[in-house]
Amino acid sequence: MFYREAGQFKISYSADMAIFPIAQDRIAVLAIVAAAFLLMPFVATEYFLNSIMVPTLILALAAVGLNILVGYCGQVSLGSGAFMAIGAYAAYNFAIRVPELPLLVSILLGGVVSAMVGVFFGIPSLRIKGFYLAVATLAAQFFFDWLFLRAGWFTNYTPSGSVNAPRLDVFGWTVNTPVERYIFVLGLVCVFTLLAKNLVRGHVGRQWMAIRDMDIAAEIIGIRPMYAKLSAFAVSSFFVGVAGALWAFVHLGSWEPLAFSIDRSFQLLFAIIIGGLGSILGCFLGAAFMWILPIFLDIALPPLGELVGWTMDKATVSHFSVMIFGALIIFFLIVEPHGLARLWSIVKEKLRLWPFPY
Amino acid sequence: MEKKTFGLAAMALAAAVGLGGTAVPALAQNEQFIPMLSYRTGAYAPNGIPFANGMGDYYRMINARDGGINGVKILFEECETGYATDKGVECYERLKAKGPTGAAFFNPLSTGITFALTEKAPVDKIPIITMGYGRSESRNGAVFPWNFPLLGTYWTAANIAVQHIAKEMGGFDKLKGKKIALVFHDSPYGKEPIPMLTEMSKLLGFELLLLPVTHPGVEQKSQWLQIRQQRPDYVLLWGWGVMNSTSVKEAAAVGYPRDKMLGVWWSGAEPDVLPAGDQAAGYKALMLQHGAGKFPVHADMLKFAVGKDGSQTKPDEADDVLYNRGLVNAMLGVEAIRTAQKKFGNKPLTGEQIRWGLENLDLSEARIKELGFEGALKPLKISCSDHEGTRFGRVQQWDGKQWKVISDWYEGDDKLLAPMVRDISAKYADEKKIAPRDCSKES
Repeated sequence: MFYREAGQFKISYSADMAIFPIAQDRIAVLAIVAAAFLLMPFVATEYFLNSIMVPTLILALAAVGLNILVGYCGQVSLGSGAFMAIGAYAAYNFAIRVPELPLLVSILLGGVVSAMVGVFFGIPSLRIKGFYLAVATLAAQFFFDWLFLRAGWFTNYTPSGSVNAPRLDVFGWTVNTPVERYIFVLGLVCVFTLLAKNLVRGHVGRQWMAIRDMDIAAEIIGIRPMYAKLSAFAVSSFFVGVAGALWAFVHLGSWEPLAFSIDRSFQLLFAIIIGGLGSILGCFLGAAFMWILPIFLDIALPPLGELVGWTMDKATVSHFSVMIFGALIIFFLIVEPHGLARLWSIVKEKLRLWPFPY
Repeated sequence: MEKKTFGLAAMALAAAVGLGGTAVPALAQNEQFIPMLSYRTGAYAPNGIPFANGMGDYYRMINARDGGINGVKILFEECETGYATDKGVECYERLKAKGPTGAAFFNPLSTGITFALTEKAPVDKIPIITMGYGRSESRNGAVFPWNFPLLGTYWTAANIAVQHIAKEMGGFDKLKGKKIALVFHDSPYGKEPIPMLTEMSKLLGFELLLLPVTHPGVEQKSQWLQIRQQRPDYVLLWGWGVMNSTSVKEAAAVGYPRDKMLGVWWSGAEPDVLPAGDQAAGYKALMLQHGAGKFPVHADMLKFAVGKDGSQTKPDEADDVLYNRGLVNAMLGVEAIRTAQKKFGNKPLTGEQIRWGLENLDLSEARIKELGFEGALKPLKISCSDHEGTRFGRVQQWDGKQWKVISDWYEGDDKLLAPMVRDISAKYADEKKIAPRDCSKES
């Protein structure tokens, strides 16, 4: 009823090619971004900003990066944890070894280093596909886990192997309070999401999708597989690397290689599978699902147990939340194998026809 | 539309999380909130459970026996970290502002979480107690005002361990040319002792063999194969959770004598040796001052806390090594609050006030006796420049049925420890641009 595009005429190509061709979508997205910037800092508690919003946004950024590679270009990767680690450790080394660099530049350089390593580990993708490629990227994961644990240079020879982020000074602005951290992360995530969205809509993105759908056919119509695949690895690793640097600098503050273990790679891969492969919205939905749901279950289960007169101890709660979380993953994959983003677009289709479905 | 549902979902969850968060009532205002980061699930649960039980029971006992600390009831809540740093940070954020005055202090019970919280505590003004673990250089209160590695750091532990090995071999000069292996959990926890051991190996002329074990530590075949090939004269074990019992079993499998193995104080409890059965007999471990068994306070524990309202402790487990360590840790926290109350009044205190209490904590022999911890603890005195308080330890041996104390007290050698603490904390201060406090001006 309210969600209807009747009467919205497109009179130019640019209007037709807009990110959000429907006026309601445009308004809604702008309203949400505005609320995220202007309203959220005032209404949200410190806990909500620090432990829910900041990590979810950073994971969503990493998921955007991984989705470019897996969802858009069809190259399965299990090494995203390693690329986050590369971003984090590279940014750390830039920050302490070249203190003159502004912090934001260090973080972006972390992404650049990650992109270069990503291209290198993308080379096998020119020859191998599917599960075999997943195993090859797994090598990156284990190699960098090992490297950052063993090579003292990367951790500035700290005795414990755990490193601390430098103070977050962004061009004279000290990012310190929860609100500042949130705004800083939100700003970066918005910029990079817009960048990613435009990349996948443009000719680069179409090359990736052509490779994903059928690489031989893509090659025949003139797409260079090497360029397309390696550019996907580079862009993807850059995003994941920046997310890793943010995770380390803004969210954790002090970290060890375990923060970017194989579990992180799986978490990101599950996030994009549940959120929706080949969808930017899906990255946000998937990251929220993977990060917020376990915390929500952990907090909500004891009061729910009390309702039926069952006092749960902490161990029971965490066992139950893992079980429910797993069951929900299976449930969503059965109900909608194309992810939460697809679920949302079905809702949109239905909204357009409502109240007269046919 | 890309972010539409995300925002909606976030708001719905915000409401839900908010509801869940406020579901725990803060009815009475005369309460001191103490958060408990614990782990009762995962690979480290066998060790996390008794420790959490001990801490919780001590708070229960203080509430039931004395009606709280000078009339201020203790309100405590557990949060499951699973020994994972990101979950620990989430728990910290969840609990730091609870209760009328916020969290009194945090006991992370994980070196990884300690490192992460060290960055956050100064901002939130909440002290971190890391009794027998954590960052070794945080003993320097001038650079780390909010960290309290009470009773001993890993550098102290490493120093004491080498002292004991030297004594067994007949003197420090006998260590020359010997080979000592360190089998360690490959995390900040396991790496902490390495600088001290490296320093001592240079000083005393023994060879140090480093054998890292990856988390969670159930896979150690290759490390013990190396031990069989290299035949070190002694093996130091720096493990936690299932890693400890696995090490003892693997030692038996390659035929390495268990009485040439010395664990740190986190590798010397019942869950570490019981799964290995008879094979564990002869295994030795450091003691963080106390051991297993009952001290006078246990009578009150059994009377007021064990098995009562919310306690998950079975009476026959109420004197295990890690249960007792939970008691000691909880007691030190409660005494710090008591110390702070003398200055700020008998009311719920803020983290900043309790930090003062911790820094001025002074437990004399008589006070320890009064508290019922006689024989389990040496007197300790915290000051601005020394957040460790005391550097004593002993060695115990598992005889197949129970832990037996086999050594006298050793004291960590401050001639080695102090310069290392000074240098590495100075490096941290430099990196973080912290101006150290002047301890001579602190009362």
